[in-house]
Amino acid sequence: MNVIFAVAGVVIKEMYRRKDFYVLLILTVVITLLMGSINFFDDDKIARYLKEVCLMLIWVSSLVIAISTVARQLPMEKENRTIFPLLAKPISRAQLVTGKFLGCWLACGVALLCFYVFFGCLSFSRERHWFLLNYFQAATLHWAMLAIIIGMALLGSLVFAAPSSNGTICFVLVAGILLIGGYLNRVAMQTTEPGRSFVYAIYYIIPHLEIFNVQERMVHDWPLIEWKYYALAILYAAAYSAVFVFFSCRLFRRKALS
Amino acid sequence: MLLLLTVAFSVAAWVEPQYQERQEVHSGDMMSFLLGDSRRLFANHFFVKADVYFHSGFYPTIFDNQQSFQTPHMAEDAGALKGHNEGDETAFMGPPLDFIEAFRRHFAPSSHTHLDEGGAQGTNGVNLDLGEKGGEVREILPWLKISAELDPNRIETYMVTAYWLRKRMGKVDEAEEFLREGLRANPNNPAILYELGRIYHEDRTNDVHAINLWELGVRKMDEQKSVKTEQDNFILFQLTLSLARVEEDRGNYARAIQWLEREKAVSPYPDVITKQIEDDRQKLADSQKSGADTPAKTGSQPP
Repeated sequence: MNVIFAVAGVVIKEMYRRKDFYVLLILTVVITLLMGSINFFDDDKIARYLKEVCLMLIWVSSLVIAISTVARQLPMEKENRTIFPLLAKPISRAQLVTGKFLGCWLACGVALLCFYVFFGCLSFSRERHWFLLNYFQAATLHWAMLAIIIGMALLGSLVFAAPSSNGTICFVLVAGILLIGGYLNRVAMQTTEPGRSFVYAIYYIIPHLEIFNVQERMVHDWPLIEWKYYALAILYAAAYSAVFVFFSCRLFRRKALS
Repeated sequence: MLLLLTVAFSVAAWVEPQYQERQEVHSGDMMSFLLGDSRRLFANHFFVKADVYFHSGFYPTIFDNQQSFQTPHMAEDAGALKGHNEGDETAFMGPPLDFIEAFRRHFAPSSHTHLDEGGAQGTNGVNLDLGEKGGEVREILPWLKISAELDPNRIETYMVTAYWLRKRMGKVDEAEEFLREGLRANPNNPAILYELGRIYHEDRTNDVHAINLWELGVRKMDEQKSVKTEQDNFILFQLTLSLARVEEDRGNYARAIQWLEREKAVSPYPDVITKQIEDDRQKLADSQKSGADTPAKTGSQPP
């Protein structure tokens, strides 16, 4: 386990050194504050449009950070040939993959914490009310969803040739699932066989990332999600990410490095 | 480098006069310059977005049954649009088709609420301080403002915004200012004149001004050469109804009857109007008998 954490620590340090996170955070803050400076009928309590813009930017930023960080991890180790001295140490391939996954996920967690602190402060500045538990649920569900995406991108980095193609495919898949993944069952209902079975199969196979998208609830101040459903969603995310990491380990174990 | 500078200078010299010319033609309308007619699509999107906010995000998608959301509820409540909604507005999603959908619904807005009734928190039985009379209804305003910026000829945007500003937030001056903006973009529009008249009648208690505005609205409606749509008839109905009511209040029964006669032609309930006309005729006869009929001072001309 120590070995896994050591690899994860290296990944987190790498994120500190890169400028992606800082740039995205500053962009999010600047765009949100600019939007907040617009005057609508002299009412300074209007908050929800601002919360929606801020959350949308947070989601886009987190996806960019997660996918771009994971997609280049193993390919860069191979390209720079640092993977050979790394594997020469007492570390298995599975531990390396798990460490990379854990490092990316923790790094995304740190980034999300900064983003959601800003979001909380922004909401409070307008609404004069803290919805701390709601923020906690939204942030942790978001983080759990990123675990699935990181697992997916990690597997993709072992399947696809270049980090760019892996990143693009991951973005398209994630966007597709978030936008229409939850409605594929309704699409299937209106389709004839064999299309119906095919669409239904996709519906049941894909990880339903849209479950973790609670932006509407946050923007409109809906009450807390029931904790039992929240816990089930976290378990759902854990199961899917475990499956992706498992297949990544299997694939990496057989992969030729030279 | 020198060549690039020359090219840049030439392009600037060519583009600048064209830009200036275009600015003069469009009188500074940057939105139409940038987006062209597509801005109307965006305007409609933001108008619906305001209705989504009015329902705190509980709104049908293209995959759901939209029968009960054909007319935005915020516009229907404001009296800006005639309602065409049918069916159960709380059950547009229908029963969940599978366990994944059933599970997903626990994470999405799940009940039908309106912002002016407390919104999402209001449904939970939480006793919140809703602030002004309209509670959180202010949240729909940014989208309505953006919608009006994108399509200044979309009349219902002005009507809906003015209604919520005036009736639920007590911002009468802002409502009038916004309607006057609409009037500048759509000169003598009967619907905007009607809403403006309501401000003078209900908030400024200046009935004479309200009558003048509503009469102008009816005149402009009569001058309209194109075939009247259902929405035109709806506005005419509201104009004549308001004129009849205000004349009744002022004791001008003869004029009230004339406006009611006019209203009857466009009313969905002509029998009710006939009954009102009979009542007013009775009141007119009574007042003439007692010689106490108030002489017409100012206000509406017979239609």
